[in-house]
Amino acid sequence: MKQFFAFIKKEFFHIWRDKRTLFILLGMPITQIIIFGFALTNEVKNSKMAILDLSKDASSKQLIQKMSIGKYFDATSVLYNYQEVEPIFKKGKIKMVLIIPQQFANDLQHGNQAHIQLICDGSDPNVANTLSTYATAIIKDFQSQLVKEQKLPYRIETDIRMLYNPELKGAYSFVPGVMALILMLTCAMMTSIAIVKEKEMGTMEIILVSPLKPFGVVIAKAIPYMLLSMVNVITILLLSVYVLDVPIRGNLILLLSEGLLFTITSLALGLLISSITDSQQVAMLISLMGLFLPTTVFSGYMFPIENMPIPLQVMSNMVPAKWFYFIVKTIMIKGLGFQYVWKETCILIGMTVVLFGLSIKNFKTRLS
Amino acid sequence: MAKYNSNNMSAVIVENIIKKYRVEKTEVTALKGVSFEVAKGELFGIVGPDGAGKTSLFRVLTTLLLAESGNATIEGHDVVKDYKIIRKKLGYMPGRFSLYQDLTVEENLTFFATIFNTSIEENYDLIKDIYQQIEPFKDRRAGKLSGGMKQKLALCCALIHKPSVLLLDEPTTGVDAVSRKEFWDMLQRLKLQGITILVSTPYMDEASMCDRVALLQEGKILAIDKPAQINQQFQDPLWAVQASNMYALLKVMKQWEAVASCYSFGEYYHVVMKSENAGASAINEYLVERQFQEIEVKKIDANIEDSFMALMNTAHE
Repeated sequence: MKQFFAFIKKEFFHIWRDKRTLFILLGMPITQIIIFGFALTNEVKNSKMAILDLSKDASSKQLIQKMSIGKYFDATSVLYNYQEVEPIFKKGKIKMVLIIPQQFANDLQHGNQAHIQLICDGSDPNVANTLSTYATAIIKDFQSQLVKEQKLPYRIETDIRMLYNPELKGAYSFVPGVMALILMLTCAMMTSIAIVKEKEMGTMEIILVSPLKPFGVVIAKAIPYMLLSMVNVITILLLSVYVLDVPIRGNLILLLSEGLLFTITSLALGLLISSITDSQQVAMLISLMGLFLPTTVFSGYMFPIENMPIPLQVMSNMVPAKWFYFIVKTIMIKGLGFQYVWKETCILIGMTVVLFGLSIKNFKTRLS
Repeated sequence: MAKYNSNNMSAVIVENIIKKYRVEKTEVTALKGVSFEVAKGELFGIVGPDGAGKTSLFRVLTTLLLAESGNATIEGHDVVKDYKIIRKKLGYMPGRFSLYQDLTVEENLTFFATIFNTSIEENYDLIKDIYQQIEPFKDRRAGKLSGGMKQKLALCCALIHKPSVLLLDEPTTGVDAVSRKEFWDMLQRLKLQGITILVSTPYMDEASMCDRVALLQEGKILAIDKPAQINQQFQDPLWAVQASNMYALLKVMKQWEAVASCYSFGEYYHVVMKSENAGASAINEYLVERQFQEIEVKKIDANIEDSFMALMNTAHE
């Protein structure tokens, strides 16, 4: 046991004396959360809109005012005929043009049916989609104000409520995602590099010719990074609660233990990587390509897995981050208990056991 | 050759070890059936040029590599089967400096003491002589030490658990002449403590510091004996030759059919003639004819390097 602790102590010296790496390890979650929280958001705000109002009457003025009053649209240009529509899109500043035809007020009052045209810049489909949805909602709202005066025979009102995330904030989905990503990177990449470094520096040669058991070496290497990762988990949670206003609805202890479990899974992955590589560069490349990419693509926090082709959906099941992302979302955002995540937890435990087994089996008690 | 029987007296027994590597697609045989025995408490040297197979041999003995065939035991324990026992008894210093560069001298030593289940205090008397020299720098990081001090620290770390067998792979490579001398003095003192020491070196002159040496070349042992005995095997008269134009001299000597071998040695060429009748006067005469100036020819006694050169030449023929 004394040998084991001496090894852990030595490992802490390595981490502590490499200040630059330590700074990156502890600073990464903070920068990531702040970048994701404030710079990268899917919400579209203050989009520039042009207006071609051919009707020019009270109701069209009312509609235009309603459109530009909110935070979504800024009516920046006024057009006077159809010929101006395409050139203004080509300039690239305008995302949407609202066209109100000549007979708008007349049709509305007498024909009970009026038309409005929305032209969006489809070169960015996501933005175009979001903008047309916003605009349609505003127009619907405008319409319901109009019909208040008259009674229609049949009407279906849809009341939409966004459960767990009423404001549809992006932070609710990326906090669990960033957590998965950062744990994966710090644990897997750093442990694999730490072990491979011993091989590269030749110290592994002496460690092997010592009574230390391979199992002990592997575990002692992993423990400091596990502690560091738990610091990162807590940093992320503090930032998300106090800076991004993302609440922790579920049990904190449960959330932390799941975090610990995922940390161990990532450590096991890192150990496996280190057992099959001999240089720090290769270990880093494998960690980045083999872990970073699948974690961002397949965990579901950036791209919905449901929309992927079947083979990719099957592949996504092998990515531990996918399960962890689901668990964190369920506990943290939905506030549900263990009975809703036990299956996913079991899958993670299974993966951990297999990975650990493989890396211990692959740990060479000799050179080459 | 002195005979050492494989009895309890042998600390290390190596029998017909063959080690092969795959380099890309070709197979390279690093050790082509190496056998020797080292007695308890002996200082045994393995001398050979780079690429002779010294490091491979040490890695097989330290249980780090598996040989394709042959047996080896250390204090009666098989290097394949009983590798766990051997790893407790062995002190090993690899050829490349292999300590933690970002830990201080003291931290390195404490770490290695702890993983071998001992402490610096417990075995301090064993390393005292060596450690006292680096103790003033004990708070300095190992990466910032000079080459000689690194070697001393590495030796301390290899000794800290009081091993019964010490394996040193090229400990003096890249170390200045004074430190090399000191290092060998340290090994002599360790020998007095009863530790069996196996040391490899590419420097032939260091062979004379060992009790016995094995000359290893291209994976084969050419000779094993006491340094003095190896010297006696050198029978032919040996001439040290010098002239003002050394480069031209070498060319002329190599082309002269009466010369058996000629190689550079310090500021002289060591020359062996094919016929014993050809003496100093014959060489002198030959060189004067060819307009060499400041010619000096003298008969010398062969040293261990001459003997090795002769052995290696015969092995090539």
